[in-house]
Amino acid sequence: MKCHRPRVGPGRPFSSCWRPVPAAWRARAGEMLQEESDLSLLIAQIVQKLKGSNLYAQLERQAWASLQRPEIRLESLKEDIKEFFKISGWEKKLQNAVYSELNVYPLPSHPAAPPEHLKEPLVYMRKAQGSWEKRILKSLNSMCTELSIPLARKRPVGQQKELLNKWNEMGTDEPDLSLFRPVYAPKDFLEVLINLRNPNYENGDSLSFRTHLGLIQVPLKVKDIPELKECFVELGLNIGQLGIDDSTQVPPEFFENEHVRIGQKVLAEQDSAAAQQYIRQGSPTALRAELWALILNISSQPEDLLYYEQLKTNVIQHDLLVDSLIYKDVKLTASNDDYYFVFEDYLYQVLLCFSRDTSVLGHFAYNSASPPKSYIRGKLGLEEYAVFYPPNGVIPFHGFSMYVAPLCFLYHEPYKLYQTFREMYVRFFFRLHSISSHPSGIVSLCLLFETLLQTYLPQLFYHLREIGAQPLRISFKWMVRAFSGYLATDQLLLLWDRILGYNSLEVLAVLAAAVFAFRAVNLMEVTSLAAAEAVLADLSTLKVMPLLQIFLFATVT
Amino acid sequence: MSRLSVPCHVKGAVALQVGDMRTFQGRPGVVVIDVTFPSIEPFELQEITFKNYYTAFLTIRVRQHTSAHTPAKWMTCLRDCCLMPDPHSEDGAQEYVSLFKHQMLCDMTRVLELRLILRQPSPLWLSFTVEELQIYQQGPKSPSVTFPKWLSHPMPCEQSALLLEGLPDPSRVSSEVQQMWALTEMIRASHTSTRIGRFDVSYLFPLLGLHCPEQVRPHSPLCYRWMAVMT
Repeated sequence: MKCHRPRVGPGRPFSSCWRPVPAAWRARAGEMLQEESDLSLLIAQIVQKLKGSNLYAQLERQAWASLQRPEIRLESLKEDIKEFFKISGWEKKLQNAVYSELNVYPLPSHPAAPPEHLKEPLVYMRKAQGSWEKRILKSLNSMCTELSIPLARKRPVGQQKELLNKWNEMGTDEPDLSLFRPVYAPKDFLEVLINLRNPNYENGDSLSFRTHLGLIQVPLKVKDIPELKECFVELGLNIGQLGIDDSTQVPPEFFENEHVRIGQKVLAEQDSAAAQQYIRQGSPTALRAELWALILNISSQPEDLLYYEQLKTNVIQHDLLVDSLIYKDVKLTASNDDYYFVFEDYLYQVLLCFSRDTSVLGHFAYNSASPPKSYIRGKLGLEEYAVFYPPNGVIPFHGFSMYVAPLCFLYHEPYKLYQTFREMYVRFFFRLHSISSHPSGIVSLCLLFETLLQTYLPQLFYHLREIGAQPLRISFKWMVRAFSGYLATDQLLLLWDRILGYNSLEVLAVLAAAVFAFRAVNLMEVTSLAAAEAVLADLSTLKVMPLLQIFLFATVT
Repeated sequence: MSRLSVPCHVKGAVALQVGDMRTFQGRPGVVVIDVTFPSIEPFELQEITFKNYYTAFLTIRVRQHTSAHTPAKWMTCLRDCCLMPDPHSEDGAQEYVSLFKHQMLCDMTRVLELRLILRQPSPLWLSFTVEELQIYQQGPKSPSVTFPKWLSHPMPCEQSALLLEGLPDPSRVSSEVQQMWALTEMIRASHTSTRIGRFDVSYLFPLLGLHCPEQVRPHSPLCYRWMAVMT
């Protein structure tokens, strides 16, 4: 049968964690036929996407240039050019681009479905996201009015020069930001998620058993441990992992050396799909920067540098209200962090450029959020005078800069750092602060976390609930920041390896549950929320991989 | 393949329930929706499209016109098609669905009437139905242009044997030229949906303002507009 639902495309080399497909659906009659037409739709979509890309122009140029070659003959033109692409490595680049499209963009939806259905299929979720956005805007507007600051202005030439001169040391600037406050913090966002309800769901009386347990009341489907085991099979106990020091008879260097050797081979091949598979067992520190760039399909060509410089010029010429929010956030979070304070200047550069980057708007096609709109003075409500504000459509919240900070350990050229961050954001991080039903969305992650705890540590969950320390109130901030700023950096990078490797954020919820399991004995003794928070205040000594492995594969179920 | 929307009349949903509707506590698990086609002759059904709203399983019965003498019979053309893989959770609950002729259990010619039987075994949902129901029949086939045979296959006797000496095979040349032409056509036809992504600032417009207080509005050319318009 045909249901136009997200489904693992036949072209997908690995089982992706994102889109589970019930086997019974696939087996139905007529499915083969439908799958074929689905596939051709998908191909058409990808071809359309790639046609405007830089890669397309390059391929075309190469094809023209190859006509000069003696081995290209007119009678077998097409085949010869294909062969030439294969030998010269361009085919690999095309493959990587297609693979990246498959990973990022949702499959084409039903032709009758409106575009907002692709952003989020559940109507009540869309509404909730809409009213949350309105709240954020209202708060931004009132700050504007209170402080009498315009949303945007052009800097006078003197200021432009000044900013250009201290571009690499923006941290030394100490503007008075005492009047600014972050537009919202994860805590505010959690309240919204707690109040999220399906209007068609039996929320009231005794019938509903869920109402009395966790904080999240939305009946989304989340994985249980057997399903997670199947999904994260490469994290199994009998598979070598970087980030685990087993004291067995075999010295750990044995695995590590072999793993590094394979990693170099993967890099030499320049194959995104292979890199993604490889990184599921962790990335050696020396290869991580290149492997991540390969998986995210970042090319780092001269034009990318040019693009970055253009963004920089825009920062220098114009002053936005969000700049102050970014300053404030960096000062409040990363600058106070033992690991990240040294990167303060990098963070300003990347985040200020990010706010001007209109290419980020593209991700709103598949993000349940929509970019805030503003109107030119006097033209309120006229669509042709509408502009997106900020230009990238993303309003930073308290802790936003922590998405960038860990990447500073990997990339030293700002433009590479910038590209990686932007790609990580449009693939993963946006899901951590928008309301959606996506399996990697924050609502699903919260529910997955609560369900795992309830199912596998019911006593602990009950105890914490009874003393008024709902576990999600403690773990929410970890997940919203993808654990950045909570774990030691080497551990955090090992965790993010898995996010990239599985193209899914579900591992965040599993780790959060694993942390509770690890500290369960201490938590059972606490009698207040403050005490529970104290037990879980410092995660910097935890080792991510053993925790994940034990929780997923060694818990008696 | 082209398709034509069939005008139809969707009757109100009827819930099936055991016992008295007013006193019985539980919610109905089956809802029946009848679809009639008052303004059209019996037709061949091509596709059914709808937006699901919390229906877990769908059965469709069809009444087909047989002949003038025998009464039309009801047949089951789709049995318990799963729309929500897990009836207790949101998966598939609000998805758009298309069902095609080839997925049906019987042939879908001379359709007079349809009956959709919706089932939802989970008691967690307050209501369930299908929305935006559309029925399609096959549209007229696009006329295919056929060339007379003599145009595409010239007779051998018409080829001039005199000019052939020392020249490449004309059929090969023509096929190569055709290929080149096809390539240029393809390039010409390449439209793209991707934006080049240039960040553009125009100085023509005044300050953007969600709520910009008048007194801080700048005097000189500080005003500009972020253009999201791409070239």
